[in-house]
Parts: sequence; structure tokens; C-alpha cells
Amino acid sequence: MTTSTADLAAGPSRSADPAAEARDERLRRVSLIARLMRRPELGAVAGLVLVTIFFALTANPAMFTLAGLMTVLSPAGQLGILAIAAALLMIGGEFDLSIGSMIAFAGLVFGALIVVGDLPLLAAIVATFVFAGLMGAVNGQIVIRTRLPSFIVTLAFLFILRGLSLVGLKWATGGSTQLRGIGDKAGEGLIRELFSGQALEPLFAWLAKADWIAKFPNGTPTVTGVPVSILWFLAIAALATYVLLRTRFGNWIFAAGGDPNAARNSGVPVNLVKTTLFVLTACAATLVAILTVLDAGSTDARRGFQKEFEAIIAAVIGGCLLTGGYGSAIGAFFGAIIFGMVSIGLTYTSFDSDWFQVFLGGMLLLAVLFNNYIRRKATGER
Amino acid sequence: MTTAPEQAPLIEVRDIVKHFGSVIALSGVSLKVSAGEVLCLLGDNGAGKSTLIKTLSGCHKPSSGEFLVEGRPVAFSSPRDALDAGIATVYQDLAMIPLMSITRNFFMGREPIRGFGLLKWIDFDLAHAVTRDEMHRIGIDIRDPHQAVGTLSGGERQCVAIARAVYFGAKVLILDEPTSALGVAQTSMVLKYINLVRAKGLGVIFITHNVRHAYAVGDRFTVLNRGKTLGTYAKSGIAMDELQNLMAGGKELQAVSEELGGTV
Ligand SMILES: Nc1ncnc2c1ncn2[C@@H]1O[C@H](COP(=O)(O)OP(=O)(O)OP(=O)(O)O)[C@@H](O)[C@H]1O
Ligand SMILES: [Mg+2]
Repeated sequence: MTTSTADLAAGPSRSADPAAEARDERLRRVSLIARLMRRPELGAVAGLVLVTIFFALTANPAMFTLAGLMTVLSPAGQLGILAIAAALLMIGGEFDLSIGSMIAFAGLVFGALIVVGDLPLLAAIVATFVFAGLMGAVNGQIVIRTRLPSFIVTLAFLFILRGLSLVGLKWATGGSTQLRGIGDKAGEGLIRELFSGQALEPLFAWLAKADWIAKFPNGTPTVTGVPVSILWFLAIAALATYVLLRTRFGNWIFAAGGDPNAARNSGVPVNLVKTTLFVLTACAATLVAILTVLDAGSTDARRGFQKEFEAIIAAVIGGCLLTGGYGSAIGAFFGAIIFGMVSIGLTYTSFDSDWFQVFLGGMLLLAVLFNNYIRRKATGER
Repeated sequence: MTTAPEQAPLIEVRDIVKHFGSVIALSGVSLKVSAGEVLCLLGDNGAGKSTLIKTLSGCHKPSSGEFLVEGRPVAFSSPRDALDAGIATVYQDLAMIPLMSITRNFFMGREPIRGFGLLKWIDFDLAHAVTRDEMHRIGIDIRDPHQAVGTLSGGERQCVAIARAVYFGAKVLILDEPTSALGVAQTSMVLKYINLVRAKGLGVIFITHNVRHAYAVGDRFTVLNRGKTLGTYAKSGIAMDELQNLMAGGKELQAVSEELGGTV
């Protein structure tokens, strides 16, 4: 091999393995910044910083109190659950445009099982997840067997499921498009608390008592707990990041999205991976459906409207390439938070909240340009 | 190999036929590879060499014909089955994913794991170390195993694919034009590798358009032409220039060779 002496100043290896001791003189020490540049979620983090600065300058300081943060995080949590699933699916090389309609449909199934079917809460939840998983598997199998773009197949399901939700609601309610009384019939208990209301209330009471957080004159904290959806969001983000970066399945997701043929030839069960990802997105939509239906106590046909686009936008802001094979779950996490911050944050400013969509489109465009640039950098595309 | 029965070849195919719609890529090909033997598969562009080895490595299902591994009939439904049977392949298109790191590519589909039950994670320390070592053995010092494969040179990429197949090939190693993009040093390293692998008792199927390379390491030569076997020759039964003529349909090549001053 030819060697150049230009870069002899190489420092110690960053990996601890002994084989690396004899360092290659052609490798310059990778600076921290260059290494950060390789991370797909960099754009989302930068975006979050920018958005935070923007609102710090323009918004009512109430936005940055604990109560303000909770109102920002609530929509971010629900969207984030979808965005993380959508991100994994996108990294795996597919889209699911039926997520939003799936929320309405799963909400209907769940509500009908409880109100019409008289099922106990746990049974209804399990049955809804099983059903959604099957729908996801059907999506996946159609895409895999027909080799049609998932964009088209799931676009069909966007309409089919939305339409079925309307038809089903009218059937279940005898003509209305809103199914009420789910909250009352679901009853109380541990299962209910896992999916609705707030969590960590004792912690917040204790924090208030210790004067760590703001409280009313009577001693109750201004923020009494964290909405459970935010905890689900955090847990799913952590789990998805771990799976993607550290496990075999994660490697298979990147491989299946990067080049399905090469992956298959190397022994990756690509079809299994893709089907699993479709099932996971459907289940994420179902989780959001159950969370929102239990919180509202009712479900209607417009539930989840356009959520598929918001989820994909958050995933793209988080660094996912539309072509698959590249992206990050933690990026989608930040993407969803940006989303929540902008949608709620505008109400804390003097701007009209109609600016939201303009802002959103701008963010999306910036993110795509940025991702493209970073990807070229990271892979030295020639 | 200690497990292979003495007589049964590691891989044997008889009258393999492969159609792609109306295209007949293979129309009755037979070959066998025994343990400790290098079979060179030769033939013109489009002769069906890649199609044949893709059938052997589970990417394609044969339309008809027999396929035996160690004497037992098999029907691989995916490359994974072939890998599990100890057949590792370097594909002509390399089967690498440009956006993924060298290590992730090296272990794609065969990741070393640690942990137990549901909590299993990839042992990246081991994976990086193995990748570095194996690449070092083939004569490439990789600078950083985290580097994306897309940033490697074509030859380096080929070396990753070869090192990977050698590392995972337990019984049979199939190489589809592995040296087409390699420099002199790396090419001789690959030929040396083939020797080494044969000495370890594996069977090797080696596809090349370079008759010198074929003659240097091959024990037997199977020549394909338009989806059919032209013949199989032992090294003792054929001279290098004879082989070269067979590979390219004889006279035409001679004419070109003379035109160019006898250097082809
Ligand atoms: N998936 C496919 N669909 C249709 N035809 C195919 C397919 N794969 C291969 N073929 C055809 O089969 C024939 C044999 O191709 P193959 O790739 O096996 O040739 P080869 O001997 O490997 O050639 P080369 O030396 O150029 O690599 C070609 O005519 C090719 O067009
Ligand atoms: Mg070929």
C-alpha cells in the first residue's frame, strides 16, 4: 500500500481494542465535530436548539415554565410515538401512509369492543393490538409480495381505513360519527392508569413540598404529574434507539432499507424485518389511539387526521432519508419535540398560529437539504 | 474436514436449468466440488456463471435439476439456508451496503451477539476486532471500522466481501470474479487465500476471466457457454492456452491477439 507521511500526527485510537494500536498513518484524528457530523440526528438537535432560541426570544416566558413545557410535550409525545415507528420503517426502506387512519380505525375497534362488545379494558386493549398487528402484517405482505411501492399500497389503506372508520362508527352508534361513553365503561384501575391520565404524581407532590417546583398557595403543585403518553414516548424512544443501534434486528433494519438484495444475499431475513416494522407502526398507531380515546372518553372519525404526514415529517427532520437505510430513532424523538414546540409555542407568541404550517414546511425543506448534505459528507459519496 | 464423508462431493449439481421468464439462463449445467479442491468456473460474459453460483448460494431456486450437498438433496429457500449449510459467497455485485459501516457490513446477517433471553446485543468490540484482523490478513489496513463502506475504494470493498466470505465459509467458498478490481498485491493475496482455504479442506468455486489466475490455483476447470457445460477438465489434462481458447471460443481470439501483437 502506498503511504503518505502527511498525517503522521495521529493521536491515540478512540477504540480500546489492541489491534488498533498500530495506527494507520492515513487516518487523521477524527475530531469530535466530524464524528458528530456523522450522526443522522445532528440536524434535529440543531433544529431544536434554533427553535428553542427563537421562542426564548419571542415567546411569553410562561412557555419555559414546567407547566408550559408539559403543554409543549403533550402533543410531542403522541406524535413522537408515531414518528419513532415511522422512522424505523423508513430506515427499513418503506413508508406507511395509513398510520393516521389506523388511529381512527383502532380507536373505533377499541371503543366498539368496550361499549358494544362489553369487553373488559385489558381484553379490549389486547384484542385491538392483535387486530392492528394483523392489519400491519397485511400491509407488509402486500408490499412484499406485489413489490409495489409501499407509498401506494398504504395510500390505499389511508382511504380504506378512514372510510371503514366512518362506516363502523355509524354502525356502532346507530348513525353518529362519534362513539361516546368509552371512558365511563372502561372503568378505573391499574390498566387504565397505564394508558390515561398522569403519572408520577407522588413525585411531583414531593417536589412541590420541597419547593423544587412551582405550587399554588394551597400547596398543590401547578403541574401535578406527567401525562402517561410522555412516559410512553420516552420509553419507546429509548427502546427504539437501543434496538436500532445495538441489536441484530437493528442492523437488519439498516440493511433491509439500504439494499434489500444485498441484505438478502448476506442472509438477512428482509421480508420478516419489513413485515415486523409494518406491524410495529400499526401497533404504535394503536397505542396512540388507545391513549387519546381513553383521555377523551370517546372516539370519532377524524381522529389521527393527517398524522401520517406529521410523523413522516418528524422522522425526516430527525434525519431519515426518504430512500431508506439511514436515519435515527432519537432523531425522530427530537423531530417530534420540535413539532410540539412550534405548534404550541406559537400560541405563546404574538404570531398568528396560522404560521404553523409555513414554519413546518420550511423546517421540512431545510431538514431534507441538510440531511442530503450530511449524508454525502458522511459517506463520502462520489 | 472431518465431518464430510470421503466420497460424496461437497456440492454437486446435475442438469440444473434456470429460466427467468422467457430467458433461459442455464439449460442443463452439471458440476461438482469436493473437499480440498478448487473448481474454476470459466466462460464468456452472459454464459450463466453468476446465475449458476446464485443458485448454489440460495438466491435463485433452480427451475429443474438436482442439487446435492454432501450427497443429500437440498432446496435452499434463501441465502441464509446456504450460509447455514456452510456455503459462503462473494457475489459479483459484492452485496455490500454503502451507507453502513465496514463492521456492520462484515457481520450483516451473522452478527455476534451477547446477552441472554430477550436482552441480546451485538458484541461490537468483538466485531470491530475481527473485522480489523480479517482485513489486515487480506492486506488491507482499514483506517476505521466505523467508516461507511461507500467511502472505500472498489478494491477495498471487494476485499471486505472476500474477507467476510472466508471468515464465514465453513465448507464451501464461492468467489464470483473476486479479483476484478484488485491491485497486484491484493490479487496475489486472494490467490494465496484460495490456496490456504483449499489446504484447510474447504471446497472452492472460483470464477474468473483471467486464465492465469485460474490456472494458478485451479484443480479442475468447468467451462460454461450459453447456459451449457462445455466440459470439465482436470489441470493435468489441459494446457493454459488450450483453456484460454476454450474460454473465448478459439479462433476469434487468436485473430485479435495477432492484431494486437500477440499480447492478449
Ligand atoms: N434476473 C434475471 N432476469 C433475467 N435474465 C437474467 C437474470 N439474471 C441473469 N439473466 C440472464 O442470464 C444470462 C446469464 O447471466 P449471468 O449473470 O449468469 O452471466 P455471467 O456468466 O455471470 O456473465 P459475466 O461474466 O458478465 O459476469 C444473461 O444473458 C442474463 O441476461
Ligand atoms: Mg457474472
